[in-house]
Amino acid sequence: MAKIGLEIHCQLTKLESKLFCPCKADYRGFEPNTNICPICIGLPGSLPRLNQKALEKAIMISYTLNCEIPKKISFFRKNYFYPDLPKNYQITQFDAYGHTSMGYNGHISIEGKEIGIRRIQLEEDPGRLIYEGSSEKTQITLVDYNRAGTPLVEIVTEPDFENPKQVRIFLNILVDLLENLGVSVPTLEGAVRADGNVSIEGGNKVEIKNVTSFHDLEKAVHFEITRQQSLVDRGIPVELETRQWDDRRKITVSARSKEEEQDYRYFLEGDIPQVLLDQDKISNLKSTIPESIPSKKAGYTKYLPAQVANTIATDPYWSDMMNTCISTFQNEVTTQNEDYINSCITECGNIITTNLMGLEDTKEKREKSNINAEDVEDIAKAVVKKEITRNLSKIALQEMKKTGKPLSEVISEQDLGNISDEADLAKFIEEVIKEELEAVNQIKENPETVNFLVGKVMQKTKGKADPILTLELLKKKLVS
Amino acid sequence: MSLAISAVDYVTEIKNGNITVEEFISKTIERIKKIDGKLHAFLSVNENAIIQAKEIDRKIKANENVGKCMGMPISFKDNICVKGSKTTCASKVLEDFVSPYDATVVTKLKSEDAIIIGKTNMDEFAMGFTTEFSAFGPSRNPWNSEYVPGGSSGGSAVAVSALESIASLGSDTGGSVRNPASFCSVVGFKPTYGLISRYGLISYSNSIEQIGPLTRTVKDTAFLLNIIAGIDSNDNTTVDNKEENYLNDIDAGVEGKTIGIISQMTKGVDKEVSSATKNAVSQFEKLGAKIEEVSIDMVEYSVASYYIITATEAGSNLARYDNIRYGFDFDLEGYEFNSYISKARKNFGPEVTRRMILGGFVPSAGHAGKYFLKALKVKNKLTSEINDVLKKVDLLVAPTVPILPFKFGEKIDDPVALFLIDFNTVTANLTGKPAISVPFELSNGLPIGIQILGKEMQDKLVLQAAHALEKTTNLPEVPV
Repeated sequence: MAKIGLEIHCQLTKLESKLFCPCKADYRGFEPNTNICPICIGLPGSLPRLNQKALEKAIMISYTLNCEIPKKISFFRKNYFYPDLPKNYQITQFDAYGHTSMGYNGHISIEGKEIGIRRIQLEEDPGRLIYEGSSEKTQITLVDYNRAGTPLVEIVTEPDFENPKQVRIFLNILVDLLENLGVSVPTLEGAVRADGNVSIEGGNKVEIKNVTSFHDLEKAVHFEITRQQSLVDRGIPVELETRQWDDRRKITVSARSKEEEQDYRYFLEGDIPQVLLDQDKISNLKSTIPESIPSKKAGYTKYLPAQVANTIATDPYWSDMMNTCISTFQNEVTTQNEDYINSCITECGNIITTNLMGLEDTKEKREKSNINAEDVEDIAKAVVKKEITRNLSKIALQEMKKTGKPLSEVISEQDLGNISDEADLAKFIEEVIKEELEAVNQIKENPETVNFLVGKVMQKTKGKADPILTLELLKKKLVS
Repeated sequence: MSLAISAVDYVTEIKNGNITVEEFISKTIERIKKIDGKLHAFLSVNENAIIQAKEIDRKIKANENVGKCMGMPISFKDNICVKGSKTTCASKVLEDFVSPYDATVVTKLKSEDAIIIGKTNMDEFAMGFTTEFSAFGPSRNPWNSEYVPGGSSGGSAVAVSALESIASLGSDTGGSVRNPASFCSVVGFKPTYGLISRYGLISYSNSIEQIGPLTRTVKDTAFLLNIIAGIDSNDNTTVDNKEENYLNDIDAGVEGKTIGIISQMTKGVDKEVSSATKNAVSQFEKLGAKIEEVSIDMVEYSVASYYIITATEAGSNLARYDNIRYGFDFDLEGYEFNSYISKARKNFGPEVTRRMILGGFVPSAGHAGKYFLKALKVKNKLTSEINDVLKKVDLLVAPTVPILPFKFGEKIDDPVALFLIDFNTVTANLTGKPAISVPFELSNGLPIGIQILGKEMQDKLVLQAAHALEKTTNLPEVPV
């Protein structure tokens, strides 16, 4: 049986500034080497200035992953030479002299299986090397330090996974959790990275590096299990080593031994004094942690089918909107009956998932969106009160998005209002009965034909007829 | 008008209109031109000093707000960053480095209208006790130019002693301010760790070093401390001194105080130094202090511990000098990374290279327990011992340097002998305590300084005692 462990690096891209200086934490979109300062490029004499917000986010992550949070933490220097590392050491955390990291001994449950979280550390991201012609074999390597110093949270799991599928499920859950916490935007390239290690019975642990996507990590883990199993089957020992993922050939290859035998000479970073984690502060932070995805989902299933509830719960943008809608309607409890409130909330969920998500399918569109929870509530109310049909509410939403006008104006301007007045509706019904004599005659043999007639009335009223009332009226007139 | 004037008196003279800033600065520059070819206190001199002096004179004349320093010429050790000027650490490795930012101490002094007269010579990266390790040639002792001025802030001590600047800021990692102050007959102060911001001080051993003033009088040190001490958001290790005024009650004296003599630091010292120390002690007695002999066992191991800790931190702090981002003229093109940096780093001088090698070894896997971790244990034990002693006594006294100034070349080839020169100074660094060297006697024209050490954050008491001792002396002017 295979034992798989993961090492996940998550950039805290939602922070304003880098871990030790005022430069932007989200370096994307800058010209090379313009999001830098004396601190993050390690100029002589510069000193790190710990970003307290990064500390808070790391505590929130530790808490969400059910970790123990120590009373004090400290930082260490990991010393090695590499051109993307401005100081030729990385400020990170280290546990050789007692517990100094952000969190320990946590866990997440995936499909009934518990995955242990060994530790969570806060550290700085290095810069980036750019190989001219995008191949390592070119003569020129360029360095961009825009990323150097970006706050990074390293999450190390216990080797509790048994197969690549569990790895995938775990990573999906973890990414949702990180996004829900509002600490990172996992969809940004490089914002969440994962490395793995694999061992099978009778063999040593093999680290896999250089994997660029979760999809490839799953493949790499699968490849390693197969490779190691075939070695063990033939009685060849599996060596303790680091292997690089070859993205092109989709295999792992042994890394040069030089990179394995690093001695990082860890020692305490004297420029950042030990940080005492005030327990009151941690408690306060806990209260600011957003509701978890499972808890949100459980709340939504009172009003919505599980599938729909899940879709909204896993995305903080939609769940924020949904939560606003729910609280708005629940506040009306003194003036409205419960059925009405519940119907409105259900309708909000439907509008978000069936209409709004399609219109605003990217982050950019959402950022610029002029549709807020109040608009969704207005539409839901109109649908429940039969002021507009569900079909036309979709058109109304599109129109609101396009023009920025409120629902009431859109309904009157576009003439989308419901025809629910019996007298008005009767006129259209009479017309249809005259035009569709054949169908009318069939009704006695086949009562389902009445639905065809409802459709015709809807056509005639451009969708504005209240379908339930129409059906009622038709039945009264023809079936009895 | 004499250049032999204290900072405090300079301010009075300017305020009274007896001299102008321009006159004083012009005369200072004349003197530098005349004598510094021989003494070599400076690595660079401010070309714009006269223009800046004229501007301050104009402000004084126009009754505009003028800062406390009133155009006073202050020099800075060349490991303190001054925007737009070369900051070389007296190393070939930083020969062409021009700092794009000001150290916090520079910012503070500039805002009080100090004039940065120039950057002073030092041992390369502050490693050494004679300035013989400067890549640009040593400084000479103004009391006898065949003798070393002490180090590593040798240039600063020479500049103040030889009237080339009123005051200077140096850095003290194991005695680098106090040692040259003692050898050149000026006041040199190493404050409590964290009292002065290190932002912009190029790190050598960041967990124990401090910027410190070198001045003509103890009062001048207090005057400068009022400007440069205190918490700084750019240095997380700074401590809040509650805006202490160090000049207030400077005349408080030592009556009723208990002063301990550290027996380990008075054994085996040169007989002239020993007799000077006895004289100092009896002066303190006359001033009403109670004298007590004390023993701090760990002092015996302090130098060994000091060299292991400083080498470890230096190995990391100096790792950034790979000449990729800044440094000296040496083209990267055509090199593979590792061969490039090993070639670039060959430009370090012999002492730095020696400590880099030591720093790579003592904290490495397999050796850390025997060396680095043991050194940390000594540091902790030394700290608790001295803290215990300082519960019984208010201050500690010892000679600053166990030996008299010596001639060039006498000890440079004997690193172990050089290491013992700082036997009496490293304790203050390892334990974070404030310590001052006061000029006390001359022996055959060679200066001897007395060291006073106090409790953490009792810098003011140390200055009061130093001022009391200083008042008992009557030393001649420098013979240059």
